[in-house]
Amino acid sequence: MSTDAPPQIRVSRPSHSSRRSRPPRRLRLGKLWVKAVIGILLVIEVYPLVWMFLTSLKSNSDYLNNSTWSLPTTWEWGNYTEAWTTGHIGLYVRNSLLAVVPSLALILLMGAAAGFALQIMVWKGRSLTLLIFLAGVMVPAQMILLPLFSVYFRTGLSGTLWPLVLTYTGTGLPLTVFMMSTYYKSLPREVFEASTLDGASILRSFWTISLPMVRNAILTVGLVQFFFIWNDLLVALTFTNSQDLRTVQVGLLNFTGDFGSTQYGPLFAAICINVVGTLLIYLFLNQKVMKGLTGGAVKG
Amino acid sequence: MHRVLGDRRAIMILVGPALLVYSLIMIVPMVWSLGYAFTTGNAIDGFTWSGLENFRHLFSDSAVQSSLWFTVKYAVVVTIGQVLAGYGLALLYTFYLKRASAFIRTLVFFPVVLPTVAVGLLFQKFFQVAPQTGPVNSLLNMVGIGSIDWFGSSGSAFWVLVIMDIWRSMGFYAVLLFAGLLDIPEEVLESARLDGASGPRLIRHIILPLSFPVLMSSVIFSINGTLKVFDSVVALTNGGPGNSTTPLTLYMFQTSFTYSEYGYGSAIALLLTVLCLLVTLVVFRVSRRDLTKG
Repeated sequence: MSTDAPPQIRVSRPSHSSRRSRPPRRLRLGKLWVKAVIGILLVIEVYPLVWMFLTSLKSNSDYLNNSTWSLPTTWEWGNYTEAWTTGHIGLYVRNSLLAVVPSLALILLMGAAAGFALQIMVWKGRSLTLLIFLAGVMVPAQMILLPLFSVYFRTGLSGTLWPLVLTYTGTGLPLTVFMMSTYYKSLPREVFEASTLDGASILRSFWTISLPMVRNAILTVGLVQFFFIWNDLLVALTFTNSQDLRTVQVGLLNFTGDFGSTQYGPLFAAICINVVGTLLIYLFLNQKVMKGLTGGAVKG
Repeated sequence: MHRVLGDRRAIMILVGPALLVYSLIMIVPMVWSLGYAFTTGNAIDGFTWSGLENFRHLFSDSAVQSSLWFTVKYAVVVTIGQVLAGYGLALLYTFYLKRASAFIRTLVFFPVVLPTVAVGLLFQKFFQVAPQTGPVNSLLNMVGIGSIDWFGSSGSAFWVLVIMDIWRSMGFYAVLLFAGLLDIPEEVLESARLDGASGPRLIRHIILPLSFPVLMSSVIFSINGTLKVFDSVVALTNGGPGNSTTPLTLYMFQTSFTYSEYGYGSAIALLLTVLCLLVTLVVFRVSRRDLTKG
């Protein structure tokens, strides 16, 4: 495979400040296999999703009797309405949103506040507190499920979505606090000292001066937490035992049960509905999502 | 001026809520769960103290042994696969596609954000034999190989799981490692090229050692994630056939919620936690040692 060309000698000119004058980074193997690899990647990444979408538009007999490669013989858009109403996906999406939105709001508000105090303010025990938060990133969720289940059961919260909101808020906080505090590191303390000279309290300058400055960070961290919470199965499976509380992930897992007999078109439609939201958010904000997720990873 | 930035009341108002919620939802339950591990019973029937009984059971339970073995095997295979695939992609992005790589990066990354449950169900149908021949078997039939019942034996089910999780996550490791490769100074690469290093030799002697730290943090992150695998397994195989693809996380879940054995479930959760911490520590130590050598 390695058709090594004789090493071409390339003298690097002193680069002008522009990036364009950089000599190209290249390892010099054949170029054809690069194209082949890209082609294979395209197929591997895209085809399963295309297949999923096309199958979601097939009728049951079409799905069972024709080749898996064929296009739908009739385009059954009704699969989507069936999944949404008869398959209760609409209800599950609503439940997921009811769990995601309040937990996200709580996580971001508390995370931004704690990050501010941990990075901008001056006090003893700052680094210890940060370490305590950081420790929470490593522990598997299994370690906290059973005691929480007991508490939710005894306090009568079990029949509501509160267990989800509370658990997501608690488990989302460590990474959020940590990420927010690293963002605050880039803000100079002097700004806040100066604003307090004008008579504003520190709490006020947190709210009116610092929050607008970390708006971008809040969006990034918020995206990361959104994907974690929306895609979560373990916590949702543990704390939602009745059908009308299921999140979209738990609902999807039990989807065939809702129909009694197996309905393939609506199942694929349900999967598509679940996927499409995250995919759209990602396509619009992919740079932020990538940065946020991988940024959080290195620190974890 | 530090008096303002050191205002105790303000600090309490800012950190207090986060610390309180975090303690109540994470720290207290962790300690509590540790206590559960020494009891038998559950939230409905009550608990009785049983000392080390759960741990004695843990070491003789064949289901624990098989799920521990599965967890470790899965973690090792998927970690190797994810990081290698990611590294290959990162090299591709950096050296062949350069600035044109943004589109490919976006494309390969998107399975990362997809819900695991959706991906699991999709792969289940993608690899199925009945009632419909899925694309994978259909492809095999086309080249003259008979359909394989992928979820019928533990061996093939394991590999479908591995393939799915590598598909899901290689874009993530690719971007992580790509960032690491971009940090390698251009001058170093240039001078190596002037010395006649190219292709595989350049990778082996220059790029690999220089990207070692980010490679190691990928490994740590990957092992930590794969030891906690749950969603993929539940959605794809639900632990089967039999319980041959049941990781510790799923076994813990079944013990606790299907059989309502909280004490034993907590002991399994503890085993999992210790495993995660231990492996992370070991990888961390090993990578430190190698770094000083390089």
